[in-house]
Amino acid sequence: MPKRTDIEKILIIGAGPIIISQACEFDYSGTQACKALKEEGYSVVLVNSNPATIMTDPEFADSTYIEPVTAEIVASIIEKERPDAILPTLGGQTGLNTAVEVAEMGVLEKFSVEMIGASLDVIKKAEDRDLFRKAMEKIGLRIPKSGIARSLAQAREIVEDMGLPVIVRPSFTLGGTGGGVAGTVEELDSLVGAGLDASLIGQVMIEESVVGWKEYELEVMRDKNDNVVIVCSIENLDPMGIHTGESITVAPVQTLTDREYQVMRDAAIAIMREIGVDTGGSNVQFAVNPADGELVVVEMNPRVSRSSALASKATGFPIAKIAAKLAVGYTLDELPNDITGETVAAFEPTLDYCVVKIPRWTFEKFPETEDTLTTSMKSVGETMAIGRTFKEALQKGLRSLEISRFGLGADGGDRKNLSVDDIIEKLVTPNSERIFYIRYALEKGLGIEEIHEYTKIDPWFIEQIRQILDVERELAENSDNLTPDRIRKAKQTGFSDVQIAQITKRTEKQARRIRYDFGIKPVYKLVDTCAAEFAAATPYYYSTYETENEARVSERKKVVVLGGGPNRIGQGIEFDYCCVHASFALREEGVESIMVNSNPETVSTDYDTSDKLYFEPLTTEDVLHIVETEQCDGVIVQFGGQTPLNISEELHKNGVKIIGTQPESISRTEDRKLFAAMLKKLGLVQPPNDTAVNVEQAARTAREIGYPVIVRPSFVLGGRAMKIVYNEDELVSFSKKAITASPNHPILVDKFLEDAVELDVYAVKNDTLYIIEVNPRASRTVPFVSKATGVPLAKIATKVMLGKTLAQLGVADDAWRTNHVSVKESVFPFNRFPGVDTVLGPEMKSTGEVMGIGSCFGEAFAKAQLGAGQKLPVEGSVFISVQDKDKPDVVKIAGRLREAGFAILATSGTSAFLSSKNIENRRINKVSEGTPHVVDAILGGEIQLVINTGSAHGSQRKRDGYKIRRATLGGQVPYATTIEGAHAMCNAIMELKKQSLSVKPIQKHYFLP
Amino acid sequence: MKALLALEDGRTFECRSFTGDGETGGEMVFNTGMTGYQEVLTDPSYRGQIVAMTYPLIGNYGVNSRDVESDRIQVAGFVVREYQDFPSNYRSEGTLADYLKSQNVMGITDLDTRALTLHIRTAGAMRACISTRVLDPSALVHKARSLPRMAGQDLVKEVSTETPYKWENGRPVFLKQPVSDMDETVWTPGGGRYRVVAFDYGIKYSILRNLERVGFEVLVVPAFTTAAQVKQINPHGVFLSNGPGDPAPVTYAVETVRELLGYRPMFGICLGNQIAGLALGGRTYKLKFGHRGINQPVKDLQTGRVEITSQNHGFAVDLESLEAGNVKITHINLNDNTLEGFRHREIPLFTVQYHPEASPGPHDAQYLFERFKKLVEETDA
Repeated sequence: MPKRTDIEKILIIGAGPIIISQACEFDYSGTQACKALKEEGYSVVLVNSNPATIMTDPEFADSTYIEPVTAEIVASIIEKERPDAILPTLGGQTGLNTAVEVAEMGVLEKFSVEMIGASLDVIKKAEDRDLFRKAMEKIGLRIPKSGIARSLAQAREIVEDMGLPVIVRPSFTLGGTGGGVAGTVEELDSLVGAGLDASLIGQVMIEESVVGWKEYELEVMRDKNDNVVIVCSIENLDPMGIHTGESITVAPVQTLTDREYQVMRDAAIAIMREIGVDTGGSNVQFAVNPADGELVVVEMNPRVSRSSALASKATGFPIAKIAAKLAVGYTLDELPNDITGETVAAFEPTLDYCVVKIPRWTFEKFPETEDTLTTSMKSVGETMAIGRTFKEALQKGLRSLEISRFGLGADGGDRKNLSVDDIIEKLVTPNSERIFYIRYALEKGLGIEEIHEYTKIDPWFIEQIRQILDVERELAENSDNLTPDRIRKAKQTGFSDVQIAQITKRTEKQARRIRYDFGIKPVYKLVDTCAAEFAAATPYYYSTYETENEARVSERKKVVVLGGGPNRIGQGIEFDYCCVHASFALREEGVESIMVNSNPETVSTDYDTSDKLYFEPLTTEDVLHIVETEQCDGVIVQFGGQTPLNISEELHKNGVKIIGTQPESISRTEDRKLFAAMLKKLGLVQPPNDTAVNVEQAARTAREIGYPVIVRPSFVLGGRAMKIVYNEDELVSFSKKAITASPNHPILVDKFLEDAVELDVYAVKNDTLYIIEVNPRASRTVPFVSKATGVPLAKIATKVMLGKTLAQLGVADDAWRTNHVSVKESVFPFNRFPGVDTVLGPEMKSTGEVMGIGSCFGEAFAKAQLGAGQKLPVEGSVFISVQDKDKPDVVKIAGRLREAGFAILATSGTSAFLSSKNIENRRINKVSEGTPHVVDAILGGEIQLVINTGSAHGSQRKRDGYKIRRATLGGQVPYATTIEGAHAMCNAIMELKKQSLSVKPIQKHYFLP
Repeated sequence: MKALLALEDGRTFECRSFTGDGETGGEMVFNTGMTGYQEVLTDPSYRGQIVAMTYPLIGNYGVNSRDVESDRIQVAGFVVREYQDFPSNYRSEGTLADYLKSQNVMGITDLDTRALTLHIRTAGAMRACISTRVLDPSALVHKARSLPRMAGQDLVKEVSTETPYKWENGRPVFLKQPVSDMDETVWTPGGGRYRVVAFDYGIKYSILRNLERVGFEVLVVPAFTTAAQVKQINPHGVFLSNGPGDPAPVTYAVETVRELLGYRPMFGICLGNQIAGLALGGRTYKLKFGHRGINQPVKDLQTGRVEITSQNHGFAVDLESLEAGNVKITHINLNDNTLEGFRHREIPLFTVQYHPEASPGPHDAQYLFERFKKLVEETDA
């Protein structure tokens, strides 16, 4: 049956900013969906507030609304665009929740918009734990015993029946926010409290704990003819009790017999039918009791998910694309399998390799938070690796993580002097380094069974790690007698040259030399969905050490683009956006584009983004192999963020041609000494600064320059280990950390320009223009600027690298002129990290960003706030507490707010000052003055906006400030920490009071006469 | 232990035996299933074949006494990329290596099985030898060339049961009396169940498990059983099983089926489908490398629905050869449009090329056993 012709215009809801549990996988799925629907001739309307996405590029939809993804905004878009259908299943939980809200507002009914992909009923049945449990019971499946609690008392009652431990899961949230395992009544109270707050419908599920059971996931697709296929099966290495986004996962399943697997498959299909997902993809999670195989259903997501992005990359089956086509009426047997070109999508991919996904955490950004893993997700990204064995894939995955590790240990990064007790502690309590601790445990002589007891990780996986250690030992014992067999065995087990060098006491270069002399190099195999049963048309490769190489090397001019690896704070989707643009630009210029990346969530690792895709770690060794195989004309390192830059010098030394900025120039900007010399030569001014190689030197420098100073290591991204310090004590303790973060490079001590205005790469203070830094690479700002202006910077940059001039590309000086204002706002993961102060500093902590576009600053700012989840108030009370120097400035703000009808609450000093200026206000206690104080008021919902400056330092103010900040976070109260921020909020509020927010597609912004 | 795999066209692969010393030969084929190696090993349809699993890690969940499809390992040899000697599964009773060794079946590992698969896909299934004794490539290639070819061989007679048996409570109960002496009294008096005679061309236990599941009393008879003997036994239905190799030389079975056409409702699977095809005047031919795996999409032409199926066959019925007759093509393979099932327009007979009993593989087509039951009921009514 052909596609539906009764609908013409389809609205797709995007996922909004990158947050923990919603990363760039939804750009990948959304981009695929937009392309798939446009290809079918539908008019596509898209809403997404995230400018750093490929999907919001103007050519991917007919009307692209970079507007907040909220029900009200989506409703106005619907009113304006009058789409025939809305597709809610590709924008993550945000897309789904927003669609539900819009539907419940009656908007869909009013404008006759059909929800396709999943109906309202389906979403509710899958998402509401109570309805879901009933549905499962109906088809004879068991889910863990459970009860719904809407209060603490109810929760305790349920637990009395069930007994502890239990799992607490809030209903309708993202990625299990606020969930966790409660082993005691105290833990229960705290988890239920947080869960009730996090739930959009104020309820939590208390569940029988199946902690320690084996965890599995199936990715399922169904079409309107009730054809169902399992695209991918996934086994979690980390058992139940750890969120699947926090688990190392493996595809396909490893330790199930066919009988057990088929029972699970039958269950997944029955669930699809019972929940009623008519078309599209879903993810179903199961727990299996390792002792007797008892199966329970954990949950199902009636939408494209992080796991489906992983499954797509792991198998080559484009779930989101197919889901979009099924939603408009196609059936699986009508759609081609792009990879083979000759078969159809109605089949189940089969793998002839092993895939390992490893989460990427950034606990280093939140030192106040404990590095422990629970049912609440904390990882910010992930990496995937493909190998012919689990051991190979695991080690490749670990060296892809960008955590300065080159495999499972033996790489110079192992922890030393650990006691058995230390190790057991780390095995028992899941944490980001647990996989390494399994290694340490084996080294200490702990047995597989014992390690299994502590971790509940299936012994099969522990045995694989033991085998890795065996190979390592064999190598170490024969370091003077390296034979081709031994090296080959090590490479087949996934060892990197760095590890082999470390194990055999050589340099990486020497190790590589020996290997090359033996003629041992990787071959490339295809990801083909069918285990070689059919010829593959799509060049999607991974490396392994076997005999037959399948890489098809062309005679064309070709350029390799190095991607950014796993998402992390400081290096997110923006860089993937730039890489994708570089690839598009190469193709436009007739150059073969070859993408190398290890991040399964991205558009860059979609098999049709580039001419060729190598799903590989971004280390010198792995990239060199690709360059040697492809004999490419050059490598672009500027778009993948710090990851490729870090290896650019090594690549260059190995004779690789770097296109664009040369490694010497990169050094000139990254190495502060060289940079200072260059600025001096150019007659430009930099804030006073110096470099230091040890703590003493840093302290001396700081004294000379004068506090406050910024301390940071060179060669890091996103302000990693960067801090403003106000005195010597802080300086000393922080310098130590900075030296650890970047051991081979000096640390930098700069004068901190307080209250200066930062204009991206410059800063202005007292009319002096200071140069802060120059980034000789794509930065986070590139997509924002491109979206704000409609000028595709990364594409232009790529073409310039290929030798085009700006004039040739038609880039005019006034390309930047626009009639609108764009504001970028960052989004932070503080709600995931209890106990962490939300105060901002030079160390980057945001996971993502949104953009607000408006006809004036106020509107744009209001939209940016809304997009970031901050709803600015138009009435209510404002709390104001500012430091003395801000008092004159705050008068104007307070006056305007008062005039606009807000009540003003202020702490004693500020209150007196405002009163002296005839601004009516009420005094409220500081926290330190005792209850009832400001935090009580915030928690009690009496305050709608907080303006609190200067509380980031100074002990008492700081403690009070911290409490206020955590309270505003909990109560979702907008909060300004600077006078500039307060002004902006004030402007936005005035705008909001004047009129409701208008919406406009970016295509209209750019092409205004 | 060092070993060598040699293909008849001269391609060889150095590898390692994980079952000790030995030598074996057979037709080299590959199976793309990621689970179910024990079912594959014991499936009589693999008789005479060396099976390479395309999924690289095999042995992970060990072996057990329940996931078997016959009373022994049937493959001539087993090829994996990385043998796993440390099984982890609560049902596991031992390692794959020990299991193979206990029945003197060779297993080899540590070779580029994807290269092997690509070679078979391009050059076709072919004769092969594995040896730990002959490590000289040309000598082993020569040995492979001296093996009999698959086409034209009757392997059914090697795997079919000699003694008839009843399938009761999930296991065979062998009968003392030969088929020639049997009549209606073989059935349980007043058993109340419909009775099926199942021809054993190499039948998988899961077919019998399914026939019993839907409520049949099942009598399994040797492939040589004649039509007259079946009529003497007087079942309600006749089942034609799967089996190994080429259907063309199994002329006795084709003849018997031809005589039984229209006698009672008939259901055939795999080789049973091919034998029925031949009995109806169709032709069969050898596929280049066959269908072996558990992800084959089959379309039911009547409903338009797609089933993901388990398959294992190297020969197929020529679709066009049947079209002339009184036969309706009911199922086709969506990968290569080969015939996957047909029914007779007038007599109660339907067959499928794939394996609705799965094991290994998806249960999408299990309803066909119910359909057979219904057909028997309707015909009996």
